Amino acid sequence: MERFLAQNWTVIQPALFLTFTAVVVLLVDLWLKEEERDWLAYFSLVGFGGAGVIAARQWMATRALESPVTGFGGMVVLDTFSLLFQLLFALVGFLAVLMAPRYLERRHMQRGEFYALLLFSTAGMSLLAGAQDLIILFLGIEVLSIPLYILAGFARPRLDSEEAALKYFLLGAFATGFLLYGTALLFGATGTTNFEGLRNSAAAAEPRQNLMFMVGVALLLVGLGFKISMAPFHQWTPDVYQGAPTPVTAFMIAATKAGGFAGLIRLLYWGLAPARDVWMPLLAVLAAVTMTWGNVGALLQRNIKRMLAYSSIAHAGYVLVGVLSGSLGFVAVLVYLLIYALMNLGAFGVILLLEDGEREVLDLEEYRGLARFHPGAALLMSLFLLSLAGFPPTAGFFGKFLLFTAGVSSGLLWLVVVAVLNSVLSVFYYARVIVKMYMQEPVEAPAFSRSWLLAGALAVAAVGILLIGLYPTVVVQFIVS
Amino acid sequence: MIVPVSYYLILAAILFSIGVTGVLVRRNAIIVFMSIELMLNAVNLSFVAMSRALDSLDGQVFVFFVMTVAAAEVAVGLALIVAIFRSLGSADVDDAHVLRG
Repeated sequence: MERFLAQNWTVIQPALFLTFTAVVVLLVDLWLKEEERDWLAYFSLVGFGGAGVIAARQWMATRALESPVTGFGGMVVLDTFSLLFQLLFALVGFLAVLMAPRYLERRHMQRGEFYALLLFSTAGMSLLAGAQDLIILFLGIEVLSIPLYILAGFARPRLDSEEAALKYFLLGAFATGFLLYGTALLFGATGTTNFEGLRNSAAAAEPRQNLMFMVGVALLLVGLGFKISMAPFHQWTPDVYQGAPTPVTAFMIAATKAGGFAGLIRLLYWGLAPARDVWMPLLAVLAAVTMTWGNVGALLQRNIKRMLAYSSIAHAGYVLVGVLSGSLGFVAVLVYLLIYALMNLGAFGVILLLEDGEREVLDLEEYRGLARFHPGAALLMSLFLLSLAGFPPTAGFFGKFLLFTAGVSSGLLWLVVVAVLNSVLSVFYYARVIVKMYMQEPVEAPAFSRSWLLAGALAVAAVGILLIGLYPTVVVQFIVS
Repeated sequence: MIVPVSYYLILAAILFSIGVTGVLVRRNAIIVFMSIELMLNAVNLSFVAMSRALDSLDGQVFVFFVMTVAAAEVAVGLALIVAIFRSLGSADVDDAHVLRG
C-alpha cells in the first residue's frame, strides 16, 4: 500500500483528469434525456479545458526545473516535450467536441459514449507522450486506439461507418501484434523494457550484429508506422477516414497522428538513440515513399474526405522529415502538428457546415459554385486548403518552412528536395477544389446548416492559422523558451 | 529433461507466422480475428520464455498487460463483427466494400 501511494501521480495528472471526466460523462449520461445530451458536450469541454490548464501549469513549473520529474518507477516522465504535446491534444479534443453536437443531433446518434470515448482516447495520447517504457508505449497506443475503433463505427447501422470500423479494427489489431512482437524481441535482446535501459544496452552492445534487436526495431516501426499512416502501412487510412462519421474523422486526422508521432519520437530518441544508424536510413526512404504515395493518391480522388485522408498521409511524410532531424526538428514537428491540426479541423469543420442530416457534400463535383451560395464557407475552405498546400502567408507555409530547414541543417537534403517537389504536386488537388468553388457553375444548392458551436471551432482554427502565419516567431519563441 | 529456451522462441515464431498467414489468407472476420489472437499469444509465449531465460520479471508483467488489453479488444472486436453481420448478413471481409477509390 505504501509503495502504491508513493507513486508520483502528478506525472499523469492531465490523463487522470481526462479519464475522470470521461467516467463522469458516462454516469451523467444515464440521467439525461435525449434532448439534454448537449450537457455532455459541455462536460467534456470542461474535461479537455481542464486537462489543458493542468498541462499548462505543469509546463510552467517544469520549465524551471533542471531535470524532468519521473514517476511509476521511471516509466512515465513529465517534461516540456510531453506537456506541450498534451496541450496540443487538449486543444484538438476541445475543438473536436465543438464540432460534434449538432451533427450527432441531426443524425440521431446522440449517445453519451461519444464524448467519453473521445476523452478516453485523448488520455491514451497523454500517456503516450510521456512514455519512458515499452509497457507504457503499448498501453498508450491501445488506450488511444480502442475507443477510436468504436467511434469509427459510431454511425451504425450505416454500412460505410461499420465497414470503416471493422477495417480499422482488424488492421489495427494486426499492427498491434507486430508492435508487441517487436517489443518482445527487444526485451529478449536487451533484457529490459525501460527506455533508459534500452539506450544503455544499445550503446554498449553492437546493435547491428544482433539480429533479434534489429528485427525488434523493425517490427516496432511497423506498429507505430501504422498509427501515423506511414507507407506502406497506410492502406487503412483512406477507407477509415472516409467511412467514419465526419467529426470523428476530424478528431482522428488531427489527434491520432500527433499521438503516434509523440510515441515514435519518444521511442526513437529516448529509447533507441544509439541505434540511430539502424532506423535512420530506413525511415528516410519510407518518408519519401509516404509523401509521394499520399500525394499521388490524393490526385485521383473524387470524395473530399478521401482526398484529405490521402493528403494526411502526405503530411505524415513531411512530419517524418522533422522527426529524422533530431532535437533540431522537435520544435518544427510540434509547431507543424499544431498547424496541421488546425488546418484539418478547419477543413472538416466546413464539410460539417455543408450537411443537413441526410445529405453531406462530399463529392468534389458538388463543390462547384459553392462560393455563389455560401461565400463564407467557400472562403474558409479556401483558406484551409491554401494552408494545407503551404501558401504564404498562411501557417502551412511557415510550418513546412520550419520542417524543411530542420531537414537541411541535419543533412537530409535529398529528402527535403523530394518533399518540396511533393508540395508542388499537392497544389494541384487542393487548388482544384478552390477552382470548382469559385469558377464553375453550380449544379444544385448544397446542403447547409448553422451551428454556433461549430462556428466557434472554425473561428479558432481560421484565426489560429492566420496568426501563426503572420507572427510565426512568437509561436517558436513560446515553445523554445 | 529441461527444454532449452530457444525451443520456446522458435515455437513462438512459428505460431506468430501461422497467425500472420491466417490474417492474410482467410476472409472470414472471425477467423482473421482468431489469427490475430494467435499472434498475441505467440508474443506472450516468447515474453514468458525470455523472462525465464533472462531471470527478469519484466516480461511476465508485460504478459498481464497484453492479456488485459487483448480482452478489451475482443469485446470491441466481436461487437463490431456482430454489428456488421446484422447489416450485411455475412462476416466475410470481402463483402464489405462500400469504401474504395
